[in-house]
Amino acid sequence: MERILTQRKIKSRKKAIKLDRLVIEKIIKNIFLLAAITSVAFMVLIAGFTLAKGLPAIKEIGLLEFVFGMKWKPGAKIFGIFPMIIASLYATIGAIVVGVPIGLLTAIFIAEVAPKWIRNILEPMVDLLAAIPSVVYGFFGLIVILPIIDKQFRNGGNSLLAVILILGVMILPTIINISAYAIKTVPKEFKEGSLALGATKMQTIFKVTLPAAKSGVLAGVILGIGRAVGETMAVLLVAGNAAIMPTSLMSRVRTLTANIAVEMSYATGLHQEALFATGVVLFAFIIVLNIALRAVTSKEVY
Amino acid sequence: MRKIKDNLVTGLIWIAGAITGLILIWIVLYVVINGISELNIEFLFGNGDEKGLIPMIISTVYIIALSLVIAAPLGILSAIYLVEYAKQGRLVSIIRFSIECLASIPSILYGLFGLIFFVTICKLSFSLLSGALTVSIMILPTIIRTVEEALKTVPQSYREGSLGLGATKIRTITKVVIPSSISGIVTSLILSVGRIIGETAAILLTAGMVARIPTSVMDSGRTLSVHLYYLAKEGISFEKAFATATVLLVMVLVLNLSTKAFAKWIERKNGLV
Repeated sequence: MERILTQRKIKSRKKAIKLDRLVIEKIIKNIFLLAAITSVAFMVLIAGFTLAKGLPAIKEIGLLEFVFGMKWKPGAKIFGIFPMIIASLYATIGAIVVGVPIGLLTAIFIAEVAPKWIRNILEPMVDLLAAIPSVVYGFFGLIVILPIIDKQFRNGGNSLLAVILILGVMILPTIINISAYAIKTVPKEFKEGSLALGATKMQTIFKVTLPAAKSGVLAGVILGIGRAVGETMAVLLVAGNAAIMPTSLMSRVRTLTANIAVEMSYATGLHQEALFATGVVLFAFIIVLNIALRAVTSKEVY
Repeated sequence: MRKIKDNLVTGLIWIAGAITGLILIWIVLYVVINGISELNIEFLFGNGDEKGLIPMIISTVYIIALSLVIAAPLGILSAIYLVEYAKQGRLVSIIRFSIECLASIPSILYGLFGLIFFVTICKLSFSLLSGALTVSIMILPTIIRTVEEALKTVPQSYREGSLGLGATKIRTITKVVIPSSISGIVTSLILSVGRIIGETAAILLTAGMVARIPTSVMDSGRTLSVHLYYLAKEGISFEKAFATATVLLVMVLVLNLSTKAFAKWIERKNGLV
């Protein structure tokens, strides 16, 4: 009788331990889940606060006056950001024109052309290019690029051109790393087939390998665009930051990001809200880019 | 004809590769050569009234340490959830989408958010803590992604072996999966340190730019990168700006090289075992 009882006791205790373990496992799993969900919470908070502060300003100023307004005069309560939208667009397009050809060719160089020892030097160099703080790029632009432009055009150097050159360099590592990876992962059979058919190495690269790596290369370019649109400190140091419509490569420009950074420290009231509204427009740009990125990479087969 | 065209294109590709390399060498050498002469004990540690770089270095270290303390556990736990537990579903795709979005938000928008949320609403004022909280959200997606990659490199058979021996899932994760991917996790953290050092816009808007040695995390502080921006923008002293930029570059360079050396060391160690 006693023995049966103790056996029962042991059994129930074992059950309890097992239950305990299951409970603990479940609790820990939920801790992991909670950590993962904080990202969602942060995203909602960031988007929510930017919208909550920005949308009332857009409403008060008027959407059309805000987005298409040609004048930005916080003192007179005139808030039009069209010149800055255009400046951001020009700067980004310029950065693409400068950065994509060099970046793409360098990616091909790393993935297909360079001898191994050069590749082993160049790849870490590209990583380093990515790691240089943006404010150092800006400083370099200020001290090296601006005097060169000033010498040619006698305008002080602060200009759209300077912004384009700096951004063009800054997006290089993004484009190179992602494109090179995409090119490297094209199946060997593709290249071998093309070479066996008598195509030259360059024909193979441009007619077979690149088209096969297209979505990766495009993803690299889109991420590079994202970096150019969002860059602040480097732009701030070389752009001149005048809130006027850019008319040429020599115009002093103010991008959307620079607008926020320049005035946020002293802005109050509607002025501050207008800066948040500038952030909303910037957000819209980023969302469009993200959608484009999804469209490009979703075709990829993982 | 075909041959000529081929050589021409090959030449262009070589030139592009050379341009990329030369740009890096140009930037690094230009800054370091101009900055190294100014880099002396006086510049670093100050001399009487003249303040040295020490306050900025301490502020930078504060921000790095705080951000890692906040973001590393969050990021690693998130990555573990996504790799070890998550099943394809609505919740997971929402989490992934959020991480993607966080990764693509420009730093100035993080700054705006930090300014309104941490500085104003949470009443943390312009402080190292506000700066670190803002930056830790910024580096979170990078940590999650890179740790995920590291966890994914652990062969499935390790997990099955451990589970087969009767270990629980938690024990499998803590005793098998994490030890096997520790080098990737450490690499990920070192890379985020590089990012924190380079960050300027978000910190400028949340931690302020008081150039004193901070006594607590509630003090405002000026990091090295903010200091460089301040020196360059106000045109106070290009010599000092060069020297500060040199310090920044050297830090980034050392971090970068140590990441690679560390990864190689682990690889060799694992190879021998």
